[in-house]
Amino acid sequence: MYTCADLKKGLKLMIDGEPHVVAQFDFTKPGKGQALYKCKLRNMITGSLFDRTYRSGESFEPAALEDREMQFLYQDESGYVFMDNKNYEQVTLTEETLGDDHYFLKDNMDVKILLFNGRGIGITLPNFVNLRVTQADPWVKGDTAAGNNKPATVESGYNLAVPSFVETGDLIQIDTRTGEYVTRVKE
Amino acid sequence: MEPNWALAKKRAALENRARIVHAIRAFFIERDFLEVETPHRLPGNAPELHIDAVASGDGFLHTSPELCMKRLLAAGYPRLFQICRCWRKGERGARHLPEYTMLEWYRAGCDYQSLMVDCEELLARLCPEGRVGAIDLSPPWERLTVADAFSRHGSLPLDEALARDRFDEIVALEIEPRLGSTRPTFLTEYPAALAALARRKPENPSVAERFELYIDGIELANAFSELTDPAEQRQRFEKEEAERRRAGKLPYPVPEKFLAELATMPPSAGIALGVDRLVMLLTGATAIDEVVAFTPEEL
Repeated sequence: MYTCADLKKGLKLMIDGEPHVVAQFDFTKPGKGQALYKCKLRNMITGSLFDRTYRSGESFEPAALEDREMQFLYQDESGYVFMDNKNYEQVTLTEETLGDDHYFLKDNMDVKILLFNGRGIGITLPNFVNLRVTQADPWVKGDTAAGNNKPATVESGYNLAVPSFVETGDLIQIDTRTGEYVTRVKE
Repeated sequence: MEPNWALAKKRAALENRARIVHAIRAFFIERDFLEVETPHRLPGNAPELHIDAVASGDGFLHTSPELCMKRLLAAGYPRLFQICRCWRKGERGARHLPEYTMLEWYRAGCDYQSLMVDCEELLARLCPEGRVGAIDLSPPWERLTVADAFSRHGSLPLDEALARDRFDEIVALEIEPRLGSTRPTFLTEYPAALAALARRKPENPSVAERFELYIDGIELANAFSELTDPAEQRQRFEKEEAERRRAGKLPYPVPEKFLAELATMPPSAGIALGVDRLVMLLTGATAIDEVVAFTPEEL
């Protein structure tokens, strides 16, 4: 069982027999009062979102999900198709289920697919993915401050902030958990 | 290898933070407050049911420097301030870090009203333009009693909220977000049971001389006129410590030296202000993560 101390973004819980994921989380505590755990929960089957606030002392059942290693094959009109290389079983996930994660999928990428009663309801990507920058403003000469940033777009269409020295054509590493730039990759 | 991007891009926030901390220090030094440092590791903290300390060696990291600050007050130092790290177990959210920076200041011969004036003057010093975003900082700021806040913004009146154990929930979810949106608000006159170290109001002993400062829905500071009666303070500690132990928390020893010296403490008032949240407010940050170099997750 989980307690309130385990609550965080991404935690998967069983509520009324259905798996839910914590989509947004905040801890709050008024003055010298008791802790409150504010969650926005997403039903992993229907996709519906709702707010719930828990107080310390409550406990939660972990979601009964199967985590299976699969490979990304291709995208078609039905969605994103993955295959289990051991038994060649295929699972399709919609763009809606994948959310921003679809920007970080590359052909033949090994991922973990979350299954509930045999149905694909979520994905765990590798923590880091390398993608090529397709659009970034040119580096302004003299702008050497390490903290300065600018917008950029990568090959999958994903937009993010990058340091000013990153240029179109660079290969960069992105943290798939936060969607943020990590470093340039030497080729 | 490239420099750590997540750290490098915090430069502006860290420079602002340093400027704000320097200005706070200058403000108190100019007003003849003595800056002190007191130990971070203590045998125990003042017992409070909803504040958990981190165990460290034979003792605990402090959750506030208040016990040592008040012993100094009792020894005859009339104006004191400290900027220090404090630790509170399990507190992590958009406005909470388990290790954070606290500013506390104390005044002998004053009550909580004079601390409200200090807050108004401190913000005027930190913000000479007199506004933060849409919030007008010109004094005097709004004074709103807890009872009035419940009738104005709460789904239950104060007495019912207390009887049904829904006080904290209504304050956090219904009242706080509406406080201090056009000008800062002092939420005052807390029910006496909710202020373990505060003096009761002489003309109305059901409430304590305690306030919390809210600006833009952010709880910035907690203050009170200090309780100076050692016998009553001992009783309140015993009650709070008994509740802590019933809840299965590690026992604190009775702070005997503090209780003994409280007898010589003059009428005083003290306040604790969250420096990280003040920096958030003044820099427009939406998460506390943006105003510290390292969060616990980045270590």
